[in-house]
Amino acid sequence: MENTLKKPPIIRPPHYNLWVTVFVVFILLIIGSFYYSTQRIEYIWRWNRMPIYFAYLDIVKITSEIDGEVDDITLDGKDAHITVKGMGESETYTVPAKGVYVEDGELISPGDILATYEKWKPGLLIIGLWVTLELSLMATIFGVIIGVVGGLARISSNPAFRWTVMIYVELIRGSPLMVQIIIWYFVLGTVINDILSTYGLGRLSAFWYGVASLSCFAGAYVTEIVRAGIQSIHRGQTEAARSLGMTYAQSMRYIILPQALRSILPPLAGQFISLIKDSSLLGIIAIREVTKAAREAVTASLQPFELYIMLLLLYLVLTFSLSMFVQYLERRTAIK
Amino acid sequence: MIDVKHIHKTFYVPGEVKALVDVSASIEPGEVVVVCGPSGSGKSTFLRCLNRLERADSGHIIIDGIDVLHPKTNINKVRAEVGMVFQSFNLFPHKTVFENIALAQHVVRKRSKKECAKKTAFLLDKVGISDKSAAYPDNLSGGQQQRVAIARALAMDPKVMLFDEPTSALDPEMIGEVLEVMKKLAQEGMTMVVVTHEMGFAREVADRIIFMDAGGIVEVGPPEHFFTNPEHERTKLFLNQIL
Ligand SMILES: Nc1ncnc2c1ncn2[C@@H]1O[C@H](COP(=O)(O)OP(=O)(O)O)[C@@H](O)[C@H]1O
Ligand SMILES: [Mg+2]
Repeated sequence: MENTLKKPPIIRPPHYNLWVTVFVVFILLIIGSFYYSTQRIEYIWRWNRMPIYFAYLDIVKITSEIDGEVDDITLDGKDAHITVKGMGESETYTVPAKGVYVEDGELISPGDILATYEKWKPGLLIIGLWVTLELSLMATIFGVIIGVVGGLARISSNPAFRWTVMIYVELIRGSPLMVQIIIWYFVLGTVINDILSTYGLGRLSAFWYGVASLSCFAGAYVTEIVRAGIQSIHRGQTEAARSLGMTYAQSMRYIILPQALRSILPPLAGQFISLIKDSSLLGIIAIREVTKAAREAVTASLQPFELYIMLLLLYLVLTFSLSMFVQYLERRTAIK
Repeated sequence: MIDVKHIHKTFYVPGEVKALVDVSASIEPGEVVVVCGPSGSGKSTFLRCLNRLERADSGHIIIDGIDVLHPKTNINKVRAEVGMVFQSFNLFPHKTVFENIALAQHVVRKRSKKECAKKTAFLLDKVGISDKSAAYPDNLSGGQQQRVAIARALAMDPKVMLFDEPTSALDPEMIGEVLEVMKKLAQEGMTMVVVTHEMGFAREVADRIIFMDAGGIVEVGPPEHFFTNPEHERTKLFLNQIL
């Protein structure tokens, strides 16, 4: 007998198509009325100005360093060598042939343009996005390290470990991240940089205090996630491992943590998605992450609507790709 | 081989539960001792004190000349010599059958990968599940899981094996296959302490039977004596209930 794979019929509620239409109209109405309102306040949309905040063609100028005259211009394929000869000195500059700006024999003062060329440069938003990524990535790494150590200390029988971690977690979870960032930069940062300079060491930049505040913040939440993950593993697993002669560390490493990882992963992903969003607060200590970059771009361009909408979309792209990646990881670590 | 002298163990849960009260016992090399008694009489606690999964409050436990309760004793060394099989198997669900048996050989006994593989194959054959080497524990029947657990414990080449109700969580039709493996082990001369309600096994395999009640050892004796001519009222009562 023929056995074809039939998909089960999709059962739809009554008036399904009608409600789909209602939904589409509703969304269009919201967007439309928003657009209409902006027209009422005479906002001029200039989406065409937005690409420069992602990347733009910069004109790079090659200037002379010495006083003199152009002695020689030789072409060499796509390049040109310009030799400037002054009193007792001579310099040769290699520049793109297309952009040569001077002629043989021209008089040159220091700072005069010899040639120009064009180069693609990342725009303000992309630079900011990169900083946001760097911040989030480092805070994720340090946050996981703090969280694993903290989670293990939290379930330890040693009261010094346990209580220290309990205070840490309460302190972080009970106060706003904004306040923590301010304290890291303006209180701890001042003290640490003072101490560093008395030993003749360089200052730490705001970026590192940003990483520290985010890592500490995430670390506290990860500690709780790791603790819950470990405690979700049945006691019999530890007992079986220890009864074979494994040390505490070995049973954690080979038996408990790999199993805990599966229940840890989903909340951990949620934590790091919030971390990306929370990093937007770091603008207050003058770290030019993507939100701060967008605000600067607004000051310069006076196009707040487009820039802030794009900012929103950029965050969505980041968080959405992260959650996709985590779903992939979850599928990989699922027990066969 | 095992010498237990006057151990006590009290749990505070928050009330006081005296799980073991002045328990002493001695087990010779190659001996098979069955521990039985009503639920809550302290059988598991007794067994778990032997490899210090529970720490006895006082008394002495000497295994193969080593003082288990001494603070300077490296308990991991002792445990490597004392295999344990649990009622609920406690296999590692994220590892294959092969890895379950090979892991501790590698990280505790420091055997090479090749030695581990050889030993694991030998043991899988011994407990009769060579074909399940690559399977995960969740895909095995209860009887198969418990046989893997026995192989896992044997992989350390222990001097003593402790069994805590190894067949109590099994469907009746799988009890036989596990007892068969244990019987074979006993015949090979393994020193075994077995908590079980399988009186048939006790009668056939045990050299001695320990009867426990209310945290204490009530009666000790060879099976013939134990089943036909028990001395204590409580032992008779217990035997009447389960036979
Ligand atoms: N970890 C524990 N915490 C508190 N009480 C326990 C613990 N383990 C055992 N007990 C108590 O000790 C007594 C003896 O238990 P157990 O040794 O498991 O008995 P058995 O194995 O003979 O059924 C019981 O009353 C039990 O409730
Ligand atoms: Mg028990």
